[in-house]
Amino acid sequence: MSAQLRNQAGAHEGSQAGATAHGVSPDAAMPHRVTGISIFLENKSGRLAQVTQALADVGINMRALCIAETIDYGVLRIIVNDPALAKRVLTEGGFTVTETNVLVVEIEDRPGGLARVIKVLAAAQINIEYIYAFLTRSEKAFVVFRLEKLEEAVRALQAAGVRILTGAEVYAL
Amino acid sequence: MAQAFFWNRDVECLPRPELEQLQVERLRRTVARAIERVPLYRQRLTEAGIKPEDMTSLDDLRRLPFTTKDDLRDTFPFGMFAVPMEQVVRIHASSGTTGKQTVVGYTRGDLGVWSEVMARTLGAGGTRAGDRVQNAYGYGLFTGGLGIHYGAETVGASVIPISGGQTKRQVQIMQDFGTTVLCCTPSYALVIAEAGMEMGLDLSKLGLRVGFFGAEPWTEGMRAEIEAKLAIDALDIYGLSEIIGPGVAYECLEKSGLHIAEDHFLPEVIDPESCEPVGPGECGELVFTSLTKEALPLIRYRTRDLTVLNPEPCACGRSCRRMLRVTGRSDDMLIIRGVNVFPSQIESVIVGIEGVAPHYLLVVDRKPGKMDELEVWIEISENLFSDEMKELEKLEQVVRAEIESTLGISVRVKLVEPKSIARSEGKAKRVVDRRELFK
Repeated sequence: MSAQLRNQAGAHEGSQAGATAHGVSPDAAMPHRVTGISIFLENKSGRLAQVTQALADVGINMRALCIAETIDYGVLRIIVNDPALAKRVLTEGGFTVTETNVLVVEIEDRPGGLARVIKVLAAAQINIEYIYAFLTRSEKAFVVFRLEKLEEAVRALQAAGVRILTGAEVYAL
Repeated sequence: MAQAFFWNRDVECLPRPELEQLQVERLRRTVARAIERVPLYRQRLTEAGIKPEDMTSLDDLRRLPFTTKDDLRDTFPFGMFAVPMEQVVRIHASSGTTGKQTVVGYTRGDLGVWSEVMARTLGAGGTRAGDRVQNAYGYGLFTGGLGIHYGAETVGASVIPISGGQTKRQVQIMQDFGTTVLCCTPSYALVIAEAGMEMGLDLSKLGLRVGFFGAEPWTEGMRAEIEAKLAIDALDIYGLSEIIGPGVAYECLEKSGLHIAEDHFLPEVIDPESCEPVGPGECGELVFTSLTKEALPLIRYRTRDLTVLNPEPCACGRSCRRMLRVTGRSDDMLIIRGVNVFPSQIESVIVGIEGVAPHYLLVVDRKPGKMDELEVWIEISENLFSDEMKELEKLEQVVRAEIESTLGISVRVKLVEPKSIARSEGKAKRVVDRRELFK
């Protein structure tokens, strides 16, 4: 299984270039830009199972996941170790997929950890489109932000000493 | 046998030979009028070598060319009027995109005929002076509201022109004014009944006696439900604006088919494919020739409604033939809350919205005690998909608003996954009707 995983990881080197051309993958100018994958899901049984199975079949590991739903459909948002490959297999599987630029921010896993970060964004008058959080086995918690003004947000957060993960760091978590 | 009521017994019970003689005379006059005053008919009838005097029996009707809704659209708005506008005292129109509406006109004489046939309709259910007629059909370009209104005034009843909607107010007025006759779409009757129950009122105790329900397809099951909930006789009425509006055909208290006002509207039933008349008792498309219309005479107008003509005399004594409850359509028109909707109208809206794929499905449903609901399913595409919910909601809103302003009825837009709407070879299946009205 692990050999196959490495093979898949190797295969993704090639697809990376294609995604960069669309301007949504990590690049030198914006190392903090992380590519999130969003999938349109009609509310019918088995749909989520199909997505997760398709990703499992090519050895994609999900770092974070959230679903926003309406009465008719949901939008599944995921952070994975290989967004380009994830997008490709899902598109080939007939799903409607889009890539989005998000920031992943490290916060203290204690009361007030998130509030501190949000205050920085509020002070800089940056609107949050959506937000969700995830934990790893470390002391830290991580928050995924989709923001209106990404570059301004990076500057404001960095000025306030908030650690923003780079794409490479997120995919390797 | 049910009690029989008449507004105009002499005419409604005219012996068949006399009635048919009258029909032939009027047919001849209609053909003459059409040739003389309507360019479209002058050309078609002349090309077919038809002269008014050729109409010597009702069989000669079969020699005449058909008229379709497209003819009215092609001559939009007034191209088929047979009188100068100075003589047109009323205009009605069906829903539709601009330039696609069906526009109809009435002379003062036409309004008199309309009032007469509506008086027969309401009279067949026993409506008379002293009755309070709550008219919950929509007033406006739609012929339902004003058609009922004039008929009810003609029989001398007190008309309550409340129009559609404001259901609680409907119930309140029904109670306060002592309504005895209710006119609305059958599904709205059930909505009113439901509202009454929610307000803690027993509408079956209010003194309602009879209801006239039409403008949309319904079933014997719905009739039973309306009659039980409101303790009334629920009668089916039929009409279309092209022919005059409501009043074309109506049930008597026997409730076994709708009597056609044959002295004004000459019916035929044809095979919609071959256009030949069907055999006796066979189902086909209903075709009408107007016999007395002044402003808009129509020859062999194809209604697209499917029904059966029953020539057997009715127990009530009326001599005019009966049409059975309409059992379907020979085109893809849907009737939703009394409004005519063609899938092509919705398609034209959808393809006009940038980025929206022309793959759609219309899902019509009528839940118990509720009005018709129309869902428009639209496939999301990669270029429309945003992972921000507000963007998706905005998309739904734009599509909904566009469709609503075109059709004049509210719809629910549902985004679905690409390729989830079945593609069929040839004619795509665009409509799923869950109302089970024609089973």
